[in-house]
Amino acid sequence: MAVLTYREAIRAALSEELARDENVVLMGEEVAQFHGAYKVSEGLLEKFGPKRIVDTPISEAGFIGMGVGASMLGIRPVMELMFWSFYSVAFDQILNNAANVRYMSGGLINCPIVIRGPANGGTNVGATHSHTPENVLANHPGIKVVVPATAADAKGLLKSAIRDNDPVMFLENTILYGEKGEVSADPELLIPLGLADVKRQGIDLTIVTYGRCVLHSLAAAEILENDHDISVEVIDLRTIRPLDIDTVLASVKKTHRVLIVEEQKPFASVGSQLAFMIQREAFDDLDGPIHRLATIDAPAIYSPPVETEQLPNPQRVLKAALAAVA
Amino acid sequence: MSKKATSTIEKKDAAPIGSSFAQAQINADLTKGERIDLYRKMLRIRRFEERSLRAYQGKKIGGFLHLYIGQEAVAVGCCSLMGKNDHVITAYRDHGHAIAVGMDTKALMAELYGKVTGCSKGKGGSMHYFAPSLNYWGGHGIVGGQIPLGTGLAYALKYRGLKGASMAFMGDGAVNQGAVHEAYNLAALWDLPVIFVVENNGYSMGTSQDRSSAGPGLAQRAEAYGMNWGTCFGHDIYEVRATMDKFLKLARDESKPSVVEIDTYRYRGHSVADPDKTYRTRDEIEEYRRTKDPIQVFQQKLIAEGVLTDVFVEQIDTEAKAEADLAADFAEASPFPTTDDIQKDVYWESDHPDRRTSKGRLFFD
Ligand SMILES: Cc1ncc(C[n+]2csc(CCOP(=O)(O)OP(=O)(O)O)c2C)c(N)n1
Ligand SMILES: [Mg+2]
Repeated sequence: MAVLTYREAIRAALSEELARDENVVLMGEEVAQFHGAYKVSEGLLEKFGPKRIVDTPISEAGFIGMGVGASMLGIRPVMELMFWSFYSVAFDQILNNAANVRYMSGGLINCPIVIRGPANGGTNVGATHSHTPENVLANHPGIKVVVPATAADAKGLLKSAIRDNDPVMFLENTILYGEKGEVSADPELLIPLGLADVKRQGIDLTIVTYGRCVLHSLAAAEILENDHDISVEVIDLRTIRPLDIDTVLASVKKTHRVLIVEEQKPFASVGSQLAFMIQREAFDDLDGPIHRLATIDAPAIYSPPVETEQLPNPQRVLKAALAAVA
Repeated sequence: MSKKATSTIEKKDAAPIGSSFAQAQINADLTKGERIDLYRKMLRIRRFEERSLRAYQGKKIGGFLHLYIGQEAVAVGCCSLMGKNDHVITAYRDHGHAIAVGMDTKALMAELYGKVTGCSKGKGGSMHYFAPSLNYWGGHGIVGGQIPLGTGLAYALKYRGLKGASMAFMGDGAVNQGAVHEAYNLAALWDLPVIFVVENNGYSMGTSQDRSSAGPGLAQRAEAYGMNWGTCFGHDIYEVRATMDKFLKLARDESKPSVVEIDTYRYRGHSVADPDKTYRTRDEIEEYRRTKDPIQVFQQKLIAEGVLTDVFVEQIDTEAKAEADLAADFAEASPFPTTDDIQKDVYWESDHPDRRTSKGRLFFD
């Protein structure tokens, strides 16, 4: 075990997989000579050379589409989007090509591509740069969606994603890049996609969450325990599709109350799907309506102090949790 | 930097300082006062941005801050040619164009501070300035995304029978976006009065033009679509004006689109927090500052023309600095938006509830 930042953990996963499989390549804007816009790929060009670590022009549709094509012919491209917000430029390539090609070929073609990069608000970069598209992506069968919250999860999940034979969308977070955690150095320690993690045990309320909101939820859970004598279980989904609903349902059986916390616009969000599934499969276990805390429903505001309030934050989680157990 | 090729409009060499562009009619016609105004505008942009950089370093501004310092002659030159039906749209490096079209620096600074008195009420930030009343359509954060919009402005002009042109600005990195090529094709196909202005500052973030763009030159790609094109030395505002004037006339009078590539240079990092000497040398930056600074170049010309004196230069600078400080004071003193403001300006209907015609819920929680 070593203490690594989330950024270093992702870099370690990339490095190990690049070393393990010569068909893995990393491509994207500024990933090589500039060391990555968020320095995730720092040092990889020096270690693996320009055949494996490739700077692309600013043409997301072109290079993501090229990666999809290359993956059909045996390459395992890891494509970095400088921000997931720019996925819209490559939307057609991701949703029409990567998601559908296996299906439309009757299973003849695989598309083992990973598309990764940060997808988050909270950095005051305005509405064009603050999208959280995990719900949009997960709406497309054929695609897998991963949103890690911790350094260890980021490493183990990215390794699984790279070895996965389906297209995997890997959504990181610029604010988490500097967060530290214990990370295994074992190059064969993989975290399977589709397995949630109970980040905190509790009996009074289940918070279902993922991504940076896991940290907010844990912070709120601490306060709830200390100041309100409320014991909260925090479930980190880690993967959105495939979805580990069983871990969620088992927790609901125990706590009987649910709060979903997500950095998502509420309409047709990941939480919307969760709420449907929980009421459908655990209706009798519920002691009250399912609650949800989401991003306030508007494009991302720029103004720094107001953006903090638009997103879930520990204080907002605390308030929502108190309402959920009231 | 770009490999020079010959424009379809005019055969030209790279223009040295002191070229004949000052004699072009569009420049020869300038009054003394107008020349001073051009100079003053460039300096106001420079001082505004330097002040904003200090505010950024003092943590008054969040997110990104893409400075235009070094490129001022391009926006000021182009926008100084705008008539009542000419329109401008650009990318996220948008402060220069905003001041060039006449936006109030107080509202611009307040926007950077995230204040409700900002030009977008604190909702857009540095990359998303807009002033439709000044024919300024933003301020866009997605590289290349504004180019189809600029083409649409031209479409609207033509459709409505207005004699005007749209100037759609982009960087040298944007030319590789598919949307840009699709817009080129539509503009050429339908003879839309748009000028695609490529501000070639040599780099997209840390990637030089050589490492991102194939082919002999960026503007020359217009040939594939049968469009006119030209290049120009963007450190000389006279040359910018003389070159753009021709293409603007072509757009206004004959409804012909074109691509104009303007050589320029940025002194600061891509955004100010980005490293700026890993992909280029300090010497390169210094060389540009020393020999090609657009404000210095123009100042020398105006002094030689007898339009400016050292005393007057000093006075203009003092005023520009005072204006920037005033803008910062205004921004500082202004209030932030409130959480209630988050859901305003999302739908026209929710902002005009008495005139709402649709039913059903507009917002969700
Ligand atoms: C679709 C998209 N991809 C990537 C980015 C990130 N990005 C912002 S600016 C930039 C470089 C653009 O360079 P250029 O077009 O030359 O303009 P300049 O910054 O030099 O003015 C990049 C890669 C973005 N904003 N949008
Ligand atoms: Mg550039």
